[in-house]
Amino acid sequence: MELDSERHENRLCLHAAGEMTIYSAAELKPTILAALEQSDEVDIDLSEVSEVDTSGVQLLMLMKREALAAGKGLTLSGHSPAVLEVFELLGLGSWFGDPQVLPAGVARRVA
Amino acid sequence: MSLDLGDALQTFFAESRSLLQEMEEGLLRLETAPDDAEAVNAVFRAAHTIKGSSGLFGLDDIVAFTHKAESVLDRVRNGELALNEGLIGLFLGCRDHIERLLDITADGTEMDADTRHQGEALAAQLGQCMGPAALPAETEAPLQSLGGGRMAGDTWHISLRFGRDVLKNGMDPLSFIRYLGTLGEIAHLTTLDDALPAAAAMDPECCYLGFEIRLRSEADKARIEGVFEFVRDDCQLHILPPGSRVADYIELIEMLPENNSRLGEILVACGAVTQRELDESLALQACENAREEAPQPLGEILVGRQIVQPELVDAALTKQKEVRLRQTQEARFIRVHADKLDELINLVGELVIAGAGATLLAQRQGNGAMQEASALVSRLVEEIRGGALRLRMVPIGETFSRFQRVVRDVSKELGKDIELVVTGAETELDKSVVEKIGDPLTHLVRNSMDHGIESAEVRASRGKPAKGKLRLNAYHDSGSIVIEVGDDGGGLNRDRILGKAIERGIVGANQSLSDREIYNLIFEAGFSTADQVSNLSGRGVGMDVVRRNIEALRGTVELDSTPGEGTTVRIRLPLTLAIIDGFLVGVGDSAYVVPLEMVLECVELSDVDRQALALRAYVNLRGEVLPFVRLRDHFEVDGHGTRRENIVVVHYAGHKAGLVVDQLMGEFQTVIKPLGKMFSKVKGISGSTILGTGDVALILDVPSLVQQAAAREAGLNREAGQSGPADRATASVQ
Repeated sequence: MELDSERHENRLCLHAAGEMTIYSAAELKPTILAALEQSDEVDIDLSEVSEVDTSGVQLLMLMKREALAAGKGLTLSGHSPAVLEVFELLGLGSWFGDPQVLPAGVARRVA
Repeated sequence: MSLDLGDALQTFFAESRSLLQEMEEGLLRLETAPDDAEAVNAVFRAAHTIKGSSGLFGLDDIVAFTHKAESVLDRVRNGELALNEGLIGLFLGCRDHIERLLDITADGTEMDADTRHQGEALAAQLGQCMGPAALPAETEAPLQSLGGGRMAGDTWHISLRFGRDVLKNGMDPLSFIRYLGTLGEIAHLTTLDDALPAAAAMDPECCYLGFEIRLRSEADKARIEGVFEFVRDDCQLHILPPGSRVADYIELIEMLPENNSRLGEILVACGAVTQRELDESLALQACENAREEAPQPLGEILVGRQIVQPELVDAALTKQKEVRLRQTQEARFIRVHADKLDELINLVGELVIAGAGATLLAQRQGNGAMQEASALVSRLVEEIRGGALRLRMVPIGETFSRFQRVVRDVSKELGKDIELVVTGAETELDKSVVEKIGDPLTHLVRNSMDHGIESAEVRASRGKPAKGKLRLNAYHDSGSIVIEVGDDGGGLNRDRILGKAIERGIVGANQSLSDREIYNLIFEAGFSTADQVSNLSGRGVGMDVVRRNIEALRGTVELDSTPGEGTTVRIRLPLTLAIIDGFLVGVGDSAYVVPLEMVLECVELSDVDRQALALRAYVNLRGEVLPFVRLRDHFEVDGHGTRRENIVVVHYAGHKAGLVVDQLMGEFQTVIKPLGKMFSKVKGISGSTILGTGDVALILDVPSLVQQAAAREAGLNREAGQSGPADRATASVQ
């Protein structure tokens, strides 16, 4: 699991790449929580996430809830096929409320 | 989902292989008894469990393929499809394919084109068995239903709350839901995050999620429950069958941890109940709760409200009991890594040696109490040794039963009708030996079927039953295990073998050989009666490899054949490769160990016999001719013999011989230490051991000594018979 961050004015973009699974959950949690603290608007780019399991989904849900509670914005973008499959299975697309691009074309990258 | 589950995955492979074995046994049983419902169930269960477990590990290829096989098996089980030879053959093919898929996964390699092609061919054949109704559109999307029209009311409701530790235990709730999807169509799924704590308190490696699932499926409750078998202890599971009443849903809401009204909303959202129904029922419930009586057992409540029939509750209770019983039976076995056992046995070996040292010390000091204590210790050590070695012993039956399939396939291939008769399956031998005996046995079995057993016409003309018989037998005999592969075929052609052997220069043209010696020539390297070679085996091809394999295990192989009646190959292997009971004997200053199981008796060498020693190579043992070997001469020990000598009578493979020694030193637990490469050519020694004093004793290779003695006696006999020199004592036997 790799997480690069990029700042655009007051908006923080996180690029997640690799596996969002139980193996990386412990290190991922503080990183994204810290990112959320630093910024009012956080965007997580999921286009290079190769695998998501329950712990990954759970973390994303936690982030979303924390962001809402703090009155901040958290958006997910560029859902990779692995992410889409899990969101579809768990009916989470509308829960997060982010636009999802179906995997026909190249995954969109939000700059 | 990642495949990096290590141990769990290994267990899965091991269990799947044994399930495949059960499946094969079931199918072979069905071949003779197609109505055996128990066997059909066993095969179905095996396929089902493999599918279930591979679903958990996200092995989609295996799930998809096994699912198809399982569907056809289900039809067989329901009596919709009659089993015939073709279908059994197809299932056997499927079993093999699943095994290949498992191998591919275990190796971490990609599926090659061949395997893929084979899988598709099998799937197509399975598809034909499903009939036209059930096929459409199930191959593409794993989440789609099995097809077929369904009534609106056949939707199950499943409430799932996973335990906190489920992720840490290496299981991913997502896999269970994905697998649930293979049973039907997930019509609606709501993910609940209510249990998710505040960010600071949340452990990212715990699972906090819950799921409310509407599943459209024709599966029964047991199958749906079966999906969650592996997390049963780790999750809260409620399943409501299609057509459940609103009251049942209310009850569900009560049982679940979340806020009632929130759950109500979710149920309404997923279409389980309507808002109006919910409101009415909640109001009703409130009234009832007000006049709540003493708590009743859940079963009674259910019966009382006519939700389930009393018979159903009984049935469920019986089933629970059965499951519990099975679990306790399963718990009687534990899997242990073989290395750990080896380590234990090594330690026991050291303990034996150290114990012998202590005993010796006690004897030298002449302290009675000390001797008694050390005797007790050595008795216990002996028991520990026995127990440790028994841990490694496995019955040979498992290896034998594998040949049912080999015999079936090969007889189909050859167009012969051959039956396999297995006896002595409970005979135990060391696991490491079992693993290595498979290949030579397969070779012998194939050989017997190909060349031993004649075609049906030939058999008929010889007045034998058309069905050929192949025998696998095992038994214990003087510290070794004997494995026999026998057939009731035509036997070996003595003259042809002799001719070939002379032609190849293996024996001289004017050598006189017994029938037995001639038959055993086929084990010689480079011997092959090539005019018989078929695609399976040529009698003689590779028989030398068989012999080499068996000799590598310190065993021997021999062959008996009766023309017109059949051939029996007899493999003799030592029971264990580590520790034996020995009998210690002394010659001069050196000590030797004879494996105790081969010792028959010890007698004093009489003066009469001693005088005759120089003249003949046998003694008279109560009127019986006993060939012997003088260890002093054999090992060229210096010094002269003591005034008294003893004969240790040993036996091996039906032969007896005497070993002449100076001293009998009694029983001795012997830890076999291998000899170095340098000594591998020394005849008559099979290993070494360390005595309590720290001295080294050599372990005698009784089989080769017995053979040597027998050969020497035969040689002298022949000489005596042919030239009849006057100075030879009478060699004739009364």
